[in-house]
Amino acid sequence: MDRIPILKMGPFLLVTIQVDMHDRLALSLQDDLAERIASTEARGVLIDISSLEIVDSFIGRVLANIAAVSRVLDAQTVVVGMQPAVAITLVELGLSLPGVRTALNVERGMELLRAALESETLGSDGDASTAF
Amino acid sequence: MVSVRQAVRAWAVEMKFSLVDQTKLVTAASELARNTLIHGGGGSARLEALEDGGRQGIRLIFEDQGPGIEDVKLALTDGYTTGHGLGLGLSGSRRLVNEFEITTSPGEGTRVAVTKWK
Ligand SMILES: Nc1ncnc2c1ncn2[C@@H]1O[C@H](COP(=O)(O)OP(=O)(O)OP(=O)(O)O)[C@@H](O)[C@H]1O
Ligand SMILES: [Mg+2]
Repeated sequence: MDRIPILKMGPFLLVTIQVDMHDRLALSLQDDLAERIASTEARGVLIDISSLEIVDSFIGRVLANIAAVSRVLDAQTVVVGMQPAVAITLVELGLSLPGVRTALNVERGMELLRAALESETLGSDGDASTAF
Repeated sequence: MVSVRQAVRAWAVEMKFSLVDQTKLVTAASELARNTLIHGGGGSARLEALEDGGRQGIRLIFEDQGPGIEDVKLALTDGYTTGHGLGLGLSGSRRLVNEFEITTSPGEGTRVAVTKWK
């Protein structure tokens, strides 16, 4: 069975969904990602869905599950690159993608992940920032 | 499932539906095909090109001989599911099309027909 490749970039994992994902492929991605987060101690996951032509309730649920599992494994998830037509359809369908952070493109998504990681490291250094 | 989506996309492109309308129709098809497969135990999907006084449309018909739906009104409520889904397939796909018709009886199966006009 084919699988969706997961790339490691520093402390983050990068997934680019290239194909019209069938259900089994989406489920295997969910499992593969959980394993890779644990084995690489990744702190963030970036999922690029710019090639996806639809997001239906099934894919929506998979994305929400990935975000939930990542959070439990101490990694943030950002979904990037949703096509405007897909976003419009998703909202009308009623999907809300609970717990899934989104960004316009890969660069913005990376910024989000880096910022989240930084603020966390700063926060644990003491609470100097709250003095302001 | 994937082939139903691809066929619907090809027709919608061929008939020059807008990208947003293509996406809505393919998404509705994906939801309804999955219901036929998962809840209905498998069935058939049919595509029809419609022409009505210069107006063009696509009708999709999903049919199965599965258990049927006891309470259609309830099944069409956002968030109602008898499985592990989000319960958005029926109610959500109804919002994505112009016409939505469901015929079902317990023990005999389910037929859902949806139409999107250009
Ligand atoms: N073809 C069918 N045959 C029998 N029951 C069906 C069929 N389609 C829908 N149902 C019933 O209607 C309910 C609602 O369907 P709907 O598609 O809205 O949600 P779902 O499939 O449970 O979840 P999802 O949000 O993943 O689609 C289903 O849980 C099922 O009980
Ligand atoms: Mg469904």
